[in-house]
Amino acid sequence: MAISKEEVLHIAKLSRLKLSESEVDALAHNLSDILQYVEKLNELDVSGVEPMTHAVPTQMRLREDVVEQRLTRDDLMKNAPASQDGMFKVPKVVSD
Amino acid sequence: MGFNELSIEEFGQKLRAGEVTSEAVTKAILDAIDADQTNAFITKPDRDAALERAREIDAKLAAGEDLGPLAGVPIALKDNLCTKGVRTTAASKILGDFEPPYDATAVRKLAEAGAIAVGKANLDEFAMGSSNENSAFGPVDNPVNTDYVPGGSSGGSAAAVAGHLCLAALGSDTGGSIRQPAALTGTVGLKPTYGRVSRYGLIAFGSSLDQIGPITKTVRDAAYVLEAIQGPCEFDMTSMEVEAGDYQAAVDAGVSGLKIGVPKEYFELGAGEDAIHPEVKAAVQNALSTLEAQGAELVDISLPHTEYAIATYYLIATAEASSNLSRFDGVRYGHRSDDAPDLESLYENSRSEGFGDEVKRRIMLGTYVLSAGFYDAYYKKAQQVRTLIKQDFENAFQEVDAIVTPTTPSPAFKKGEKTDDPLQMYLEDIYTISCNLAGIPGISVPCGTTGDGLPIGLQILAPAFREDTLFQVAGEWERSGK
Repeated sequence: MAISKEEVLHIAKLSRLKLSESEVDALAHNLSDILQYVEKLNELDVSGVEPMTHAVPTQMRLREDVVEQRLTRDDLMKNAPASQDGMFKVPKVVSD
Repeated sequence: MGFNELSIEEFGQKLRAGEVTSEAVTKAILDAIDADQTNAFITKPDRDAALERAREIDAKLAAGEDLGPLAGVPIALKDNLCTKGVRTTAASKILGDFEPPYDATAVRKLAEAGAIAVGKANLDEFAMGSSNENSAFGPVDNPVNTDYVPGGSSGGSAAAVAGHLCLAALGSDTGGSIRQPAALTGTVGLKPTYGRVSRYGLIAFGSSLDQIGPITKTVRDAAYVLEAIQGPCEFDMTSMEVEAGDYQAAVDAGVSGLKIGVPKEYFELGAGEDAIHPEVKAAVQNALSTLEAQGAELVDISLPHTEYAIATYYLIATAEASSNLSRFDGVRYGHRSDDAPDLESLYENSRSEGFGDEVKRRIMLGTYVLSAGFYDAYYKKAQQVRTLIKQDFENAFQEVDAIVTPTTPSPAFKKGEKTDDPLQMYLEDIYTISCNLAGIPGISVPCGTTGDGLPIGLQILAPAFREDTLFQVAGEWERSGK
């Protein structure tokens, strides 16, 4: 299956990536190659086969619902590229 | 022989005999790291802190405390493992100078066992690659021959062990990222059963596939490290409490009466350049004969869906990666673009500047296969084939105790050889990927070298949570293969 440049741009939008012209060309080519390779799976009849979502069957373990403080707000804010008054700072989201 | 060349076991013997201290071995390691030319580390260790910690361990030992086999042992950490207050990059520009506020559980457990953390090892960005050429901090040389790649993605960890820049290292393995670099550098690399080791604090790539495991100089050393890091943790709901065998006893137990499966697909697959290298095939067949001579019974088996493993893996792993890497948005930590007039461009520009080519490619592929209209055709189908691959192993393990294969079809390749063709690079993982899809444990152990002196790896696979069987076979081969 070949991927067009328009499709690459659409996927980039969904992926929140901005691509240069040359990246778009390269990805159209690479992704087409890879998707052509994975077509291989169509040789198999998988009707009725249960999809596998986890490697080992797991049951969610529950723990007591108690509040504990492992990390402080300062710990978590320390890596923020921009912050103000203990909050993450971003460009204006709502227009005037 | 410098102290840095010791195995964990040898170091422990000398330590308890009073012939060496943790401070002396740590100093030898720090000096070796300072002189390193292979680019194995992204962040080198804080010298004073490492030496101080070594002296603390020495003092405890002098006071008669029994601290176990990892006490005072310098261990390197792959730089996708979170270390409190120490820069953690995943070899990506997007994490910037990120300093985690907590330690990964495996890192914490190593510290509790008395190990000395010595630096953050290089890797392919976000563990995506098979050559360590996808690092934002530059490629790593294979210490065996610096024209060649060390493999990946745990290339820095493997190069550090092979180059005696640590006594052991932690890596992570999503499709072969511990075993393949171990094979290419002549070291031992173990991917535990999915759920054996907590993934808390491991920067996520493919969450249903990722496992943390050791790269070491010997099989017994891998057992020491696994004993220290295994076990459930409340912060990873997929980590499990499953009884572990006695790994140390298993290393010495021998293979008498053990049934070893030899899957024909692993010796036949591919044609032309993709085919198994004749010297690799001969080395593995020699190992099989040796194991047979030691009392193992060889059984021809078939894993019929092997040829679909790479396609299945690249759909599932990229889908999971595209979801996991959506958290890198330039808001809460990591790189933020200077060009961010509005929120949308803050996301797009931060991500586009921060991620490298291979990571972008995988995010794009993963987003595509999960997108409306393609989910059933790609992602769901891959999950169904994953079931078939897992069933292949379940059927095989009805008949045999372990499976022995080559770790990779060929020895190490030269730097730059496969960088232009992503698909060719993906095929490097042909023998290691099924193990992650099935969730079972696998180990790669050295299996001689080619005429050119490049290491060959022997892979052993066992049923889920039977790492003890891996150690049994690996231990026997290490002993009798010499």
